Amino acid sequence: MIEEGLREAGFSDIHLLLERNGLVAKLHQLAPDVVLINLENPGRDVLEESFALSRALARPIAMFVDQSDERSISAAVDAGISAYVVDGMRKERIKPVLELAVRRFNAFSRLQTELNEAKSALAERKIVDRAKAVLMKRRNLDEPAAYALLRKQAMDTGRRIAEVAEALVTAEALLGGDE
Amino acid sequence: MSRFRIGFLPLVDAVLPIVAHEYGLAAKEGVSITLIRDPSWATVRDRLIYGQTDASHLLAPLAIATSMGLDRPPVALAAPFMLGLNGNTVTLSNDIAAQIGLDVIGDVTRTGRALADLARARASQGARLRLAVVHRYSSHNYILRYWLAASGCDPDHDVEIVVVPPPFIAESLAMGEIDGSCVGEPWNSVAVAGGHGVIVAATSQIWNRGVEKLLAFRRETLDQRRDEVEALIRALHEAGKIVSDPAQREDVARLLARADYVGQPVELILRALSNEIMLGQGHNATRIRDFLVLHREAANFPWRSQAMWLYSQMVRWSHGALDEQGFDEAAAVFRPDVYRSALAGTGAILPGASAKVEGAIAQPLAVGSHSGRLIMGPDRFFDGGSFDPDRALDYVRSQAK
Repeated sequence: MIEEGLREAGFSDIHLLLERNGLVAKLHQLAPDVVLINLENPGRDVLEESFALSRALARPIAMFVDQSDERSISAAVDAGISAYVVDGMRKERIKPVLELAVRRFNAFSRLQTELNEAKSALAERKIVDRAKAVLMKRRNLDEPAAYALLRKQAMDTGRRIAEVAEALVTAEALLGGDE
Repeated sequence: MSRFRIGFLPLVDAVLPIVAHEYGLAAKEGVSITLIRDPSWATVRDRLIYGQTDASHLLAPLAIATSMGLDRPPVALAAPFMLGLNGNTVTLSNDIAAQIGLDVIGDVTRTGRALADLARARASQGARLRLAVVHRYSSHNYILRYWLAASGCDPDHDVEIVVVPPPFIAESLAMGEIDGSCVGEPWNSVAVAGGHGVIVAATSQIWNRGVEKLLAFRRETLDQRRDEVEALIRALHEAGKIVSDPAQREDVARLLARADYVGQPVELILRALSNEIMLGQGHNATRIRDFLVLHREAANFPWRSQAMWLYSQMVRWSHGALDEQGFDEAAAVFRPDVYRSALAGTGAILPGASAKVEGAIAQPLAVGSHSGRLIMGPDRFFDGGSFDPDRALDYVRSQAK
């Protein structure tokens, strides 16, 4: 997604590195001007070590932040991206890259969050349905009454309905319902 | 209720904030904790300095490096509470462990010499041993280097020290990407359980009271939310009592084992919590004294001399500049004043001094404290060295590089 956006914005020399192994060697070979990496990527410590080393060898890769960029870096971190930039790159060339990456990434994670929410709502609905079925059978209730009972129990104990439902279904399984 | 978002890496020594949260100790102090797990120290640090978290489980040297701006513009951090001492091991691949001889386990001086001999031999053949640490600015890096240097090998030239995130240690040993590592638990035990490595030394054998993780805040946060920070410290101190109670150990291990915390088997997590380490697959557990000290003997007290010792090692390995001011800046990250003010009147042990000579205690020793009785256990370096914070520059100059 970010790659696509960068291409549209006219950056053509883009390499996507997916493997954990050999990351540093690959970077040396590519000698990129900018490295964008997901904050969730466990390789970040490895990457920073290689930057620290190459600086010791006087190869000018530096981490992005001079103080004036605080806000754009902060936005990047919020979006889940970390950026490293070759020292001496002009800031006005970097900013659009980073801002574009942030916009794309934000859009992507919004989609993902919505998807996750939808998934967990579905799972909760299922467990509540099963708990209702247990109550209807065991206590001879109709569906609205079973739901009301779950809801009351949730309110009385300060838990969510799905949690109460899950506890009930687990208990039923343990105590030997005939499911 | 005041809220603290706390970043952490999946390690046994993240236990105090987790217990403070899960046992309701934070709530009792009017504080709520949200724990945020990350896979790299760089990300834990970035979330902290850019305000996505309010506090974090952090490598002590990384807190110092961040405050001093060694890699990036400085962001002042403050550490009023330590999360534990030691708890790391040196784990070698089966092949290398066999080459240095398993009979030397237990005597860290002999193990160190054997490893140093092998390292030099390999270096002269142009095939340096590759050893992993978790981060450039980590106690793991500095303790490993201290050990190797004192054992007669040059960590900058005779071996290659690389960075590998702890969860990948087992895999990296198995694939032959590295010959050994120095990381925290449970990741060594995971490597041992998988048959991928052998533990040959615990860092507690190298420095009996080695400074390790701390709870870091931005100094700005500490100043603005001082009362809330102190309440959080009290909750963490209470958590220390729970984790040092053998009767509660299993429950604590089960909690840490959860997928949202460390996500590894209970029996592997229990090893560090009980100081009973299985050195190799099929071995019996070995009791290692002071393997991981999470609370007792005022282990949570931020001794400024420990920050200064770390800085001495940063200078030694060219990560920092040799000057008096550097030592002062490093020491200023540790905030014993906040620790004392948070715990005054709670019955907690409050050491009277803020710095001590590191490595000077050979036998348990009673030392001065404002309240409570403090008996300090041995804090020796394995080579008998000691660090006097009043003579820090001399110490650095005297150390072989």
